[in-house]
Amino acid sequence: MKKLTATIGLLALLLVASLGLTSPASAQKKMIQIKGSDTMVNLVQILAEEYMAKKPGTAIAVLGGGSGTGITAIINGTCDLANHSREWKPKELDLAYEKGVRPRIFAIAVDALSIIVNEKNPIETLTMAQVGSIFRGEIKNWKVLGGPDQKISLYGRQSNSGTYSFLQEHVLNNKNYSPDVKEMNGNAQIIEAVVQDLAGIGYVGVGYLYDEKGEVRKGLKVLKIKKDDNAPEYSPLDKEAVYSAKYAISRPLYQCTNGKPSAAVADFIRFELSPEGQAIVEKEGFFKIGKDLMDQNEKNLR
Amino acid sequence: MISVKKKGVLGDLKESLIQKIFQTSGLLAIIVLLGIFALLFYTAIPAFREVSLKEFLTSTRWDPTSPERPEYGLLSMLASTVMVTIGALLIAFPVGVAVAAYLSDVASPRVREIVKPVVELLAAIPSVVVGFIGITLVGPMIAKIFNLSHGLTALNGSLLLAIMALPTIISISEDSLNAVPISFVEASLALGANRWQTLVRVKIPAALSGIIASLMLGMGRAIGETMTVLMATGNARAFPQGFLQSVRTLTANIAIELGEVPYYTTHYYALFAIGLVLFIMTFFVNLTADVILEKQKRKLQ
Repeated sequence: MKKLTATIGLLALLLVASLGLTSPASAQKKMIQIKGSDTMVNLVQILAEEYMAKKPGTAIAVLGGGSGTGITAIINGTCDLANHSREWKPKELDLAYEKGVRPRIFAIAVDALSIIVNEKNPIETLTMAQVGSIFRGEIKNWKVLGGPDQKISLYGRQSNSGTYSFLQEHVLNNKNYSPDVKEMNGNAQIIEAVVQDLAGIGYVGVGYLYDEKGEVRKGLKVLKIKKDDNAPEYSPLDKEAVYSAKYAISRPLYQCTNGKPSAAVADFIRFELSPEGQAIVEKEGFFKIGKDLMDQNEKNLR
Repeated sequence: MISVKKKGVLGDLKESLIQKIFQTSGLLAIIVLLGIFALLFYTAIPAFREVSLKEFLTSTRWDPTSPERPEYGLLSMLASTVMVTIGALLIAFPVGVAVAAYLSDVASPRVREIVKPVVELLAAIPSVVVGFIGITLVGPMIAKIFNLSHGLTALNGSLLLAIMALPTIISISEDSLNAVPISFVEASLALGANRWQTLVRVKIPAALSGIIASLMLGMGRAIGETMTVLMATGNARAFPQGFLQSVRTLTANIAIELGEVPYYTTHYYALFAIGLVLFIMTFFVNLTADVILEKQKRKLQ
């Protein structure tokens, strides 16, 4: 009997809630649904908030889930704009064309993929090849790299993550990840894990390195990366090195639509690419996009 | 004599209508179950066009998005699921039965009135909250005790699942202890046995099938639990080497990968095949529990 009363109560509540949702005031608002990359979710959320403050007629909802999730959502038509931190895979493009989806891609920021370890780890610098070996599971102990005699504890993202794919392609040379990588649910969880784990190593988007005050999170060390043994080392925190492409693992962060963006979506993308939007990008720890990509964006907006 | 009101034609109609409604509801449960099974089966089968059943069941490598060669072996995750579940039951079963015995035999009515609702409340904690406790409290504790660099291990998952299986084990064990006829207890005490001997040698053996059923139902809960293990066990794909390593269970794997997988690909179908394996596992565990409970009922009648 109690259950029955509870069920009826719940139904009533749902009814009231659904009535509230269809009130005329909210029906007139333009809705933009954004989904995808976990690396980009905070950045795009802040961009959306700034935009909504300026244009109260638009409501933007930003969801994470990973680049793969966003691209799948565009293919399946369940969002207006997808965030993705890697490029489309040929398979995904085929699937999109099969379904009549024509992706248009915009680069809205640049990320320097950051390799992080615990603050107490004595290692300062790794080469690209070393990072690859570590995540392929070939180097298993910090001792090999001149650190303490301790088993390396690997943290990574899940296979739907653009960061996962990007690292696999550009640093692991398209080889398998070690099965010992602990797959965490997003950048923030990797950071929490590495802050606690003295033997930990992980990879995150540069925007996640900072706390609210704009300083690098306590307990974290951001490694400098060398292209090869003889190359100079650069940190992803070094703006100049990232802008001049001296930092080896940087990548554009993308958004895409199905076909020509609608007026509302195009207006939002224009805001992201405006000097004001790009200033927010830098404030959040990411990097502005260069002229070539900007020209490409302009073409895709038309 | 109880007086029965005379019913008219309308009353008869009403009664048969209500009967029909109840009957349909009962049937509906069966139809839903069969429907889920059929859907799982239907969606899982295409996976085996590209993946051999042998690879699926005996390979330890699962890496469907590998740029080298996609691999679809379920064995590591199956072993992890079994390991985490057994670990949870090793912790929860003794504790659960002890609490049940305490509640049915020792506790004063006042204590029982407080403890029982608290135990039931334990079942109401959302699994994501339990998982959070695993990340922030239990995990770091495990790391400290065993001198590990991190606590995202199978043991962490087992401990948390034990907490989640406890309410099931306690309440069903207690029910079956209470169902032991008072005459058994009186006979035992009359023969000079003390309360401990009565509990251990008479009550628990008499209620044993119910207690075992509680274990099976707790197991069903532990096998199917997703969010908690997803958060607490680290989700490494390697074959489990021990309780102090990161493992990935079947449920966690589905939760991790189903959201991103392109629809109607081998990877997608393979995830449903994992779902089918899970369904069959929990189905048999629950079926066994039901059979045992039914036996117990008959034995005590």
